[in-house]
Amino acid sequence: MGSAMEQLVLRVRKAFQTGRSRPLSFRLQQLQALQRMVQECQKEILGALAEDLHKSEFNAYSQEVVNILGELNLVLEKLPEWVAPEPAKKTLLTMMDEAYIHPEPLGVVLIIGAWNYPFVLTIQPLIGAIAAGNAVIVKPSELSERTATLLAKILPRYLDKELYCVVNGGVKETTELLKQRFDHILYTGSTGVGKIVMEAAAKHLTPVTLELGGKSPCYIDKDCNLDIACRRITWGKYINCGQTCIAPDYILCEPSLQSQIVEKIKETVKEFYGEEIKKSPDYERIINLRHFKRVTDLLEGQKIAFGGETDEATRYIAPTVLIDVNPSSKVMQEEIFGPLLPIVPVKNADEAIQFINQREKPLALYVFSNNNKLIKRMIEETSSGGVTGNDVIMHFTLNSLPFGGVGNSGMGAYHGKHSFDTFSHHRSCLIKTLKMESANQLRYPPNSQSKVDWASFLLLKRFNKGRVGLFFLAFLGILVAITIKKYQAVLRRKALLIFLVIHRLHWSNKQ
Amino acid sequence: MNLSKVLEFSFSPSQRCISDSYHCILGPLGSSFQSWMNPFADTLQSLQDAFSSGRTRPAEFRTTQLEGLNRFLKENREELLAALAQDLHKPPFESEISEISICQSEINLALNSLHQWMKDEYVSKNLATQLDTAFIRREPYGVVLIIAPWNYPLNLVLVPLVGAIAAGNCVVLKPSEISKNVEKIISEVLPNYLDKSCFAVVLGGPQETSSLLENKFDYIFFTGSPRVGQIVMAAASKYLTPLTLELGGKNPCYVDDNCDPQNVANRVAWFRFFNAGQTCVAPDYILCSRETQEKLLPALQRAVTQFYGKDPQSSPDLARIVNDKHFHRLCGLLGNGRAAIGGQSDEQERYIAPTVLVDVKETDPVMQEEIFGPILPILNVQSVEEAIAFIRKREKPLALYAFSNDSKVVHRMLEQTSSGGFCGNDGFMHMTLTTLPFGGVGNSGMGMYHGKFSFDTFSHQRSCLLRSAGMEKLNSLRYPPYAQRSLGLLLSLVENRRKGQCTLL
Repeated sequence: MGSAMEQLVLRVRKAFQTGRSRPLSFRLQQLQALQRMVQECQKEILGALAEDLHKSEFNAYSQEVVNILGELNLVLEKLPEWVAPEPAKKTLLTMMDEAYIHPEPLGVVLIIGAWNYPFVLTIQPLIGAIAAGNAVIVKPSELSERTATLLAKILPRYLDKELYCVVNGGVKETTELLKQRFDHILYTGSTGVGKIVMEAAAKHLTPVTLELGGKSPCYIDKDCNLDIACRRITWGKYINCGQTCIAPDYILCEPSLQSQIVEKIKETVKEFYGEEIKKSPDYERIINLRHFKRVTDLLEGQKIAFGGETDEATRYIAPTVLIDVNPSSKVMQEEIFGPLLPIVPVKNADEAIQFINQREKPLALYVFSNNNKLIKRMIEETSSGGVTGNDVIMHFTLNSLPFGGVGNSGMGAYHGKHSFDTFSHHRSCLIKTLKMESANQLRYPPNSQSKVDWASFLLLKRFNKGRVGLFFLAFLGILVAITIKKYQAVLRRKALLIFLVIHRLHWSNKQ
Repeated sequence: MNLSKVLEFSFSPSQRCISDSYHCILGPLGSSFQSWMNPFADTLQSLQDAFSSGRTRPAEFRTTQLEGLNRFLKENREELLAALAQDLHKPPFESEISEISICQSEINLALNSLHQWMKDEYVSKNLATQLDTAFIRREPYGVVLIIAPWNYPLNLVLVPLVGAIAAGNCVVLKPSEISKNVEKIISEVLPNYLDKSCFAVVLGGPQETSSLLENKFDYIFFTGSPRVGQIVMAAASKYLTPLTLELGGKNPCYVDDNCDPQNVANRVAWFRFFNAGQTCVAPDYILCSRETQEKLLPALQRAVTQFYGKDPQSSPDLARIVNDKHFHRLCGLLGNGRAAIGGQSDEQERYIAPTVLVDVKETDPVMQEEIFGPILPILNVQSVEEAIAFIRKREKPLALYAFSNDSKVVHRMLEQTSSGGFCGNDGFMHMTLTTLPFGGVGNSGMGMYHGKFSFDTFSHQRSCLLRSAGMEKLNSLRYPPYAQRSLGLLLSLVENRRKGQCTLL
């Protein structure tokens, strides 16, 4: 089996080396095919998501498919701009040359998806990897079985079969896959496995993007619109039954707010999911029995303000709020990834900031307050992957913002152009001519102090085209006016040198 | 009695790990035992505390530190030139342009641009976020570790340091113990120009560095060999520490038949023999046809004679090999193929003549490792296609060079290969532009720096979206219970629309 993975990666690498994935037209064509796939297979995609996560069609569409369509639209429009070389400002020494940054594909990219948003978390990175001109191996999570199987079925129908492959399997297959050499790995999942992925990547010096997790804190200030805050938090927390890497994991607030918050969230839950939440088509389920048990265990010893009902047969856990939660209890030691919302009382914003800073840097930070200064302070005195103020999750939906973690919550980022940049190598290029060798004599030994001074001048002075060009033109104009024709050839050759000398004297006078 | 002194004397000199100027006084026996087990724990903790206090974040602080670096460079110029001469026999001209000047340029740029770089970057919004504020904020990571090599011991310490400080981090520097004299100035003089509570220098060899790497850092910046790069990345993976690795490789140099042999020879020779070849981006080997080789050899000889005279060993403009280990390694390579130019060596001075080897086979040792010395093998290829195929078979290098009068050939080389950076018709000039990112790809490294790229490298780019409590009616579209009609409206608010398409809701 080891050789099977090895063979697969070799095949994909060979396909990449043909250069087929590089032309802009090819990339656009593949992305358009991907777009068609999403539109034509929509029913099947929504069906698979529904089966894996008990997700309603609307949810599946608005949480997953819509992000993909948006991303595709953006990339299809902007890609011609993104692939163009980016000119770089030059120094005096290089002013006659071409200097630019040339984005290039890295080679064979590995994308390891997660089970909680199995479609968007594999396809959104895939879009970026294709856009950047790479070949891609996609490894969807085996926990979201139907989506994984579906992707293996439909992707080859629309995309180039040799360049873009889906590999399915469990831990054994993933481990074997990670032994192979890739040019970039993007992994979405837990911190623990993130370390394993990075360690495997280190053997091949493969750069990685790790989208991990953590406990995303949600601070509710006394001075805020509590109704709205609670509605937004309820939405963000219980979406996908709490199985969202950027869900507000726990609430920090002053003790006086606790009971109000509980009431408002309770009301909102009723509004969203009705009296019999189990019957609501909009409420999802826990992915599998192992996670169901893990999450229900977190309830142990907790004060349940409302919720807490569970049903193992359907892996149902009711939207739950816990109050007066002790920071050292189990529910505060790991990312919950379930519909339990602990409220940890703190004295004030200072204590909240301290609390947050004592812990690992989270993937997201949420602050609800009418006081902009407080929000600013919270941002400045903490660190996190991203921030949404007065709402939750939304920074994920704006693809002009890079989405990624910091510290334990991850490294690197993607979405929109950031995906393109992540999956590209930005190659610095300087193109000179073989002529003008006389200018180079300055740098060759044997050396002298005057050469050193010239060198400093030419390296340190930035080339300001506008001013210089004008000066140069004026100088040339005067020269033409007073020079006899037969000296023109000589002057043309020496004009650059004459200009440099004058500019240099001007510069040394200024120093 | 000072416990720290006791511990220092109990261990061998090579375990001297923290510079005397600010060694921490150890507390009760418990923590001193911990310090013995992990000699860096205290220093790192105090740097972490300094960072947590927020001291390094205001622009004024960073500017003060950068101005300190500026003064360090200006006030110690002579000492630094002398140290570089002692460590590598570096000619003042080379020190000036590849060490002092580059550092000065970076410091100037950072001082001029810091406020611009620190500004929040506002981004474009979709309909749903039109009334919100969306920006990317660049924040320091925390405690950054910079590990520097010996070949450009000042440049490869200061340039990353400028970026790390400008980005607001606390820094631990680990200069190379091989370039001893510069190491001494870095550890004894440099701290006096910086805020010592936010900055530390750690000394030692591979053992101390391994020990250092067992600690948690918020970012690691490593310049060195790919082999050690792997070790650094594996160590970083234990803490999920992001990193930049500036590694190396064999930088190919393709010389086309259509070229001016003397111009090419001048350029290649200069970049190859600069710093006695101990440059990560030096042209490592030449690929050219037999005919071009015949024209190139006399041109290369002329260049060497012009630069270093008839007796290069007596030229003040040629550096020396840094230590005996590397000297002996390089002497071993001199026997590969045939030395058409040079080939002499002198163990006492660690001098190796500017050497050009011909009749070299692909399987020879000189083609198996990065040379890092003043030896330039020439291999023959029949065409540019063969050269491209040869290059693509090997690991991606840090730099790639192509010499031709025909710009199409240069561009073909560029398009059909991959490398950290590329220069057409010259050597590593691309490094002198702070507007070009400097870094490797594949085996030659990951990440980049120089100029603003340094600032971005040492910063976490934090996405911020600040919404108002208003406009809740619009938000209600996303709340359950869901109705089909609200889907269309919701989509129009968050999707990127293709230009030229208009949909009636």
